[in-house]
Amino acid sequence: MSVKHALLALLSEGPKYGLQLREEFESGTGEVWPLNVGQVYTTLQRLERDGLVESDDTTEIGPQKGFRITAAGAEELTAWLRTPPDLSSPPRDELVIKVLVALRVPGVDVHEVLQVHRRYLVELMQQWTRLKEDEADYDLSLALVVDAELFRLDSVIRWLDSADGRLKRAATDAATATPAAAASQPSPAPLPKRRRTGARR
Amino acid sequence: MSMLELRGVTKVYGQGDTMVNALRGIDLTVEPGAMVAVMGPSGSGKSTLLTIAGSLEEPTEGEVLIDGALLRQMSRNAKARLRRRSIGYVFQDFNLLPGLTAVENVALPLELDGISGRRARATGNRVLDDLGLSKRADRFPDQLSGGERQRVAIARAVVGERHLLLADEPSGALDSVNGEAVMRMVHEACKRGVAAVVVTHDAQLASWADRVVFLRDGHIVDQTAPQAGPESLLSTPGQAQ
Repeated sequence: MSVKHALLALLSEGPKYGLQLREEFESGTGEVWPLNVGQVYTTLQRLERDGLVESDDTTEIGPQKGFRITAAGAEELTAWLRTPPDLSSPPRDELVIKVLVALRVPGVDVHEVLQVHRRYLVELMQQWTRLKEDEADYDLSLALVVDAELFRLDSVIRWLDSADGRLKRAATDAATATPAAAASQPSPAPLPKRRRTGARR
Repeated sequence: MSMLELRGVTKVYGQGDTMVNALRGIDLTVEPGAMVAVMGPSGSGKSTLLTIAGSLEEPTEGEVLIDGALLRQMSRNAKARLRRRSIGYVFQDFNLLPGLTAVENVALPLELDGISGRRARATGNRVLDDLGLSKRADRFPDQLSGGERQRVAIARAVVGERHLLLADEPSGALDSVNGEAVMRMVHEACKRGVAAVVVTHDAQLASWADRVVFLRDGHIVDQTAPQAGPESLLSTPGQAQ
């Protein structure tokens, strides 16, 4: 979450005071990302130092000091909105690693491990969905934040479902190929061969 | 008293080499006003569970109770009456009758139950109105969008004195906005005291439920715990960077 760019966005609507910026930041993110006032002022000082905002230089930093965006700040904001977040290299996903490890540990039922995580994620999604229940309190910013969270969690569950299916098929195939191996389930799937992929971060 | 109770329900199809154990010893209780979602991979027994709960199929073993009444002890006519009066079904492909308008589809179960056409229609209009569909009441199913058709199907499932709503992949091929509207309607029905069982593979829809049970190879293998309020999701100041 870039507080710097969120503050620039709020100032692009017109000059504002620090306290006002904090309140608008919180309501603009559906109050899901609370922000302390010290963080607002530290960020504003940095923005001013970099020439991206200007302040009324008559007063000390505090609730009464107003800020406005500069031309350079507006340019920075426009460029940031169009810069894709870094989704290009696969992150070291803890859940993926746990499942890969589970395949190697004797006596561990990987399907049970998958289910533990699936249940936890669904419980988390239930909590997010509770926020949707009362449409009257459900403003647009909150709706967008909640949907983003639900889609993110949902995609992890889909991966768990797909892993479950893939492992079941692999176990069936192994059992068909070598009937003696049927007793040992699930069959340990090999670790990915391209081990270096995405593991450098 | 629970609205739906399954006790040790087992369902076996075929025999010998072709025998399939669709359900194995299922225990499930759904209280009035509760929404339970059933999740599981294809072939896990989700739809079979729903058809047995709705008395559309008999279990091989075990008991099903609806509103305290044991289905095994009911006559065919009594079961048909129960299905007509107390249970609403929602299917993935809507199952609306194409020759009837939206309101006629909604009013049909009431008319079949002996309520006069005029009263049934008035009730149907009221339900459609509650669900924001009053302007669509006189349209035929093929004049409605997919989302509207499914909302009409839910209106039909909750019309009258129905206390149990059984839905099989109710959002089917709908987009996420319409899928959410469908779940919101089911949720509203539960707030009025209807007990609902929703079978789905979609976690976003299942997360509307009070409880999610996970089915695998005919067994309930797990279920979610009662939830803390959403406040716990809101982070403490200073987490943004």
